[in-house]
Amino acid sequence: MVDFYKKIGDFQLDVLREVGNIGAGHAATALAKLLQREVDMKVPLVKILSFDEIADFVGGAETVVVTVFLRVEGDCPGNMFFIIDEMSAHNLLTQLLGVEAGEWSGQLSEMELSTLLEIGNILVGSYLSSLADFTGLNLQPSVPSLAIDMAGAILSYGLIELGRQGDVALTIDTAFFEGSEEVKGHFFLIPDPETFYKLFSSLGVPLDGNY
Amino acid sequence: MEIIKIGMADLGWAKAPDRLRTTGLGSCVGVVLYDALAKIAGMAHVMLPDSSLAKSSQAAAIGKYADTAIPELIRQMQQAGAAPHRMTAKLAGGAQMFSFMAGNDTLRIGPRNVEACRSVLTQARIPIVAEETGGNCGRTIEMDAETGILHIRTVNQGVKEV
Repeated sequence: MVDFYKKIGDFQLDVLREVGNIGAGHAATALAKLLQREVDMKVPLVKILSFDEIADFVGGAETVVVTVFLRVEGDCPGNMFFIIDEMSAHNLLTQLLGVEAGEWSGQLSEMELSTLLEIGNILVGSYLSSLADFTGLNLQPSVPSLAIDMAGAILSYGLIELGRQGDVALTIDTAFFEGSEEVKGHFFLIPDPETFYKLFSSLGVPLDGNY
Repeated sequence: MEIIKIGMADLGWAKAPDRLRTTGLGSCVGVVLYDALAKIAGMAHVMLPDSSLAKSSQAAAIGKYADTAIPELIRQMQQAGAAPHRMTAKLAGGAQMFSFMAGNDTLRIGPRNVEACRSVLTQARIPIVAEETGGNCGRTIEMDAETGILHIRTVNQGVKEV
């Protein structure tokens, strides 16, 4: 697998950045519609990271994050995370459920938890469906699941399969933020290593050197 | 006092008064060994139960698998002056962070990691004196080589000492 990562040059990284751009762009649009506010996103970061570095992207292994995770099956298997911090989750719920912004107690009701799960589901769904349209690949998302816990504990779940093949992961990370930064977070796509061959060939991108 | 950080799929040891720390254990298991007489503590951040799961030789990091990490930890601690027959073990982690894939074997990895660690420790004849495993919460652990106390922090339950 290490050999495989060596084949990824600047051109291939650009292609993956575009993959993140298209996916997260659609998801950001969906979020903007939900919130009826403007949502911006940053240029996707595509990096080959060691396992310990991944959690640093969202503020460190111990940072508490609200995450919707789902597994992608089909032609292009991988793990997909929608990650926001606790304050963003709170602001998101306040805006969507139309309740008065109360004190953030750290505890969420059943209603709030299921709302967050549904938001994550909608956003990740639009990320993946735009990706499927773009590549012509068959992508099947699993049932999503929500967890609120330490970033390291959550993200490591997406690394287990990769751990059997090496010590690094290629991640496509796109940060997004609502205009006033009340809601901000990340879309994280960690494709399984075998996936890249199919992904690149579906896009007509060669995997043998730089172009 | 120094706090030595153990990363994912890594292992290490410390002498009193130093401490060992690993953050964000989810389905991974933190294995802690302690020789109270020599005041030497060891810690491994185990990610997978068995090295036979490795799909390529490049994935064969010793600290990653229960069956390779624990013997290596014992060996390194022994070199540092600890005696295996005096060692006791504590386990933390092995949680199920997302509930929906309980049926999927690959993703039921937390409990499998815990089972593997137990069986490797039994083979090495090291008694497990405390266990804080399972559930669905992430844990950060810190081992004090002076006292042998393991501090376990979770988001919702604060810090617990075992």
